[in-house]
Amino acid sequence: MEERKVKLELKDMAKKYDNGDGVEHINLKVYEGEIVTFLGPSGCGKSTILRTIGGFMDVTDGDILVDGQSIVNLPPEKRPTAMVFQSYNLWPHMTIYENLAFGLKLRKVPKKEIDAEIKKMLELVSMSGFEKKYPGQLSGGQQQRIAIARSLLLKPSLLLLDEPFSALDAKIRQQMREELKKIQSDLGITVIFVTHDQEEAMALSHRIVVMNKGKFDQVGTPGEIYDSPATLHVASFIGEMNFIRNGGSTIAVRPEDIVVNKGHGPMEAVVRTIMMLGHYVVLTVQRGNEIIKCYVDRELSDQLREGDLVNLTIGKHTVFSRAA
Amino acid sequence: MFKMLNPRRFYHAVGKKKFLEFILLAVFILFFYEPLLNMLMLAFANEYNVPSVLPKEWGFKWWGYVFGQKSLVSSMIQSFIIAIATTVISMIFCIPAAYSLARFQYPGRKVFMLSFLLTNAFPKLGIYTSIAVLFYKYGLMGTYAGVIIIHMINSMMFMVWLPSSAFRNVHRQQEEAARDAGASPVRTFFKVTLPMAMPGIAVATLYTFLGSMEEAQGTMLVGLARIQTMPVAMYGIVLDSSAIQIGAVFAILLIIPSALLIFVMRKYIGPEAIAGGFKMK
Repeated sequence: MEERKVKLELKDMAKKYDNGDGVEHINLKVYEGEIVTFLGPSGCGKSTILRTIGGFMDVTDGDILVDGQSIVNLPPEKRPTAMVFQSYNLWPHMTIYENLAFGLKLRKVPKKEIDAEIKKMLELVSMSGFEKKYPGQLSGGQQQRIAIARSLLLKPSLLLLDEPFSALDAKIRQQMREELKKIQSDLGITVIFVTHDQEEAMALSHRIVVMNKGKFDQVGTPGEIYDSPATLHVASFIGEMNFIRNGGSTIAVRPEDIVVNKGHGPMEAVVRTIMMLGHYVVLTVQRGNEIIKCYVDRELSDQLREGDLVNLTIGKHTVFSRAA
Repeated sequence: MFKMLNPRRFYHAVGKKKFLEFILLAVFILFFYEPLLNMLMLAFANEYNVPSVLPKEWGFKWWGYVFGQKSLVSSMIQSFIIAIATTVISMIFCIPAAYSLARFQYPGRKVFMLSFLLTNAFPKLGIYTSIAVLFYKYGLMGTYAGVIIIHMINSMMFMVWLPSSAFRNVHRQQEEAARDAGASPVRTFFKVTLPMAMPGIAVATLYTFLGSMEEAQGTMLVGLARIQTMPVAMYGIVLDSSAIQIGAVFAILLIIPSALLIFVMRKYIGPEAIAGGFKMK
């Protein structure tokens, strides 16, 4: 693989709160043109890392480098980063045009240039013609588009997104994801994304950082994290997973990696429920006092009834020792 | 149309509950507006004797009298000067205080906030008297400065609490977004925080101005009759009571600025804006 340029580097970074919570020993390199997502449950420290990169929090220890330059001592207005928050990004007393022009005016960009850039940017986020509206007249999804546009207008080295879509409803969220991915690949900018939604992380990212309790559990591509989770937490957090006890260890296996056959065999179970979900069927079976979820096709499910005896064959799986 | 004014028809048309509400409202309006109407009438009565309902002669005689009196005109000017000065000076002091209460956590914050209530908890006259003792020492009796300080004490609670709640309603992300876009903290305050808190600040300013316009007790005590604002001048007239019409004319003159300001700011004045100021957090 060719040598890629490092955009952001976190070097043994730490941010401790007074109550002892926080993150420490954070080391990460983000390459140019990458979307890296911090994924984890709320309170895991993912937003803390993002806010220290943006300059809204001081680091207690360590260093943050953007393009090889340390930025830890700069206030947010001097950093080459731009941030989009979960909500309340826009200033309600300003029109969309004024919201977008705010940062450019501060940089003394000539008015003609501002007009042209705003026009171009509104086109990019499919919001042309909204210049004279006020944020209150826009839907949540539209507001977030404007917020992203405002950040992009600043031509940041690094775009920081703090759960920007989590306040939107499911359908718009999906659409925004696709648009963001398109904008990112068109402009080639580096994006750090924070979310607690594993589906969003899988859909958007080149690499995912799965976090838990202030620590990195695993860093890898969506494929790596899905196929070979490093810890039990990652395994349970990403996608559907069955945990089957086997002596002193736990076998983690995805519902799609279990082959179900009718009749007797070495690993027998009883069908509990059959749920049709469109192109596939979710089958839950009981084995001892464990309930196992399997995805099967229509052909097989049509032959099965609740209470039937089936045999399971476990395919791709990961083994964790019990202590973990 | 007139048929509907028959009380029985009206009762059955709107139902019992609405009918009772209507009666209550009618009584309330009468109670509330009758003195106002009476005052309005008196202001335009050239001649009026107490037991009669309507004046003998209508006209602008007393308006002419009021504007012809030099001292009365000067009292109006003084009132406005003091009200404007009180508003501006208390804005300078109270808005930063309100911002710090809204944004920063520090020990004693709640006590500080409650302390503004204290001046309203004691009997005013007691406070004024004890202040007067201090003012004599510092030579503030009978001066504009002294009177303005008294007016500020009265308005401080509104001037700190209302803007503070307005600042609290500005989301931190909105300030952070401005910093992120390249604005310094000072510019963020003037371009984002202050304009967004403006409605709350406007209401507080209105209260301060109107409060100062009608303050009489403290002004009389500390102003030593040297500072004659409109309400103070009115006391004199009412006590004289040679012609009640002068009082009525004055009352209308006092209402005009209040009514104008309330009309201009009617959008911002509402139960929420005022109630928001009394939330302690």
